[in-house]
Amino acid sequence: MIPTDWIFGLIGGLMIGSAAALYLLVNGRIMGASGILGSIVDATGPTWEKALFIAGLIAAPLLYGFAFGYPATNLTSNPALLGVAGLLVGLGTRMANGCTSGHGVCGISRFSARGITATVAYLVAGFAAMFVGRHLLGVF
Amino acid sequence: MRGLFALLAGALFGAVLTVSGMTDTAKVQGWLDLFGNWDPTLAFVLGGAILPMLLAWRIAARLEKAVLGTAIPTPSEPVIDRRLIAGSALFGTGWAIVGLCPGPAMAVLGYGGGDALLFFGAMAAGMLGNRLLALPAKAATP
Repeated sequence: MIPTDWIFGLIGGLMIGSAAALYLLVNGRIMGASGILGSIVDATGPTWEKALFIAGLIAAPLLYGFAFGYPATNLTSNPALLGVAGLLVGLGTRMANGCTSGHGVCGISRFSARGITATVAYLVAGFAAMFVGRHLLGVF
Repeated sequence: MRGLFALLAGALFGAVLTVSGMTDTAKVQGWLDLFGNWDPTLAFVLGGAILPMLLAWRIAARLEKAVLGTAIPTPSEPVIDRRLIAGSALFGTGWAIVGLCPGPAMAVLGYGGGDALLFFGAMAAGMLGNRLLALPAKAATP
């Protein structure tokens, strides 16, 4: 009846939320991927805590893949798309001070007006970009 | 202690992103393809992720301080400005083009090869770019 993808998605989501809850309740920090990485990259607030969070975030999928096989990423190998999209994601998330995890997961659950606004904005932009890029232009 | 739990939270986040399909760019692009072959799976991931955090914020409100002694972050000023909306729109556009947002972009770094590395490098450059763009503006305000 219900596609298994949806059930696995829901379980995965609950565990992502649990990781965010752990980071909030134990460490007292917001689990926002762009903020954690960005403040290290632009040196606005690098800490060992953030570096170790990222170390875990990179190492765990490696170990998981080593044990159970790496899942497909279906990542494009077009360098122009990768470069432009990377720049937009990096610039945009730092301008908005958050991404899917910070604004989406941590912000919405706090009923934050900024988190909800940002999430609506990046979803609407994502839907629109996909419509234009895939169906009108056929670029990606 | 603080580092250990940061490592644990990051590891759980990374492992689950990988298992739940957030690092499969075809799946993410399918979720954004609202006017095409729409795949609603990510709505369950995002919705599911919000549930434990609804509870966590309620607990946090009573704790005031986190287990390791840090004050619970106070809510940001509810400023809805151009930076928030324009930045999010740029992010959403980039998210659609390749299908990676910052968390999954880091989760695939170890096994995604040169393409993942290139995306990550560009993303880091974009983050630095924001800092460079923001500096003159800050210098101009007294």
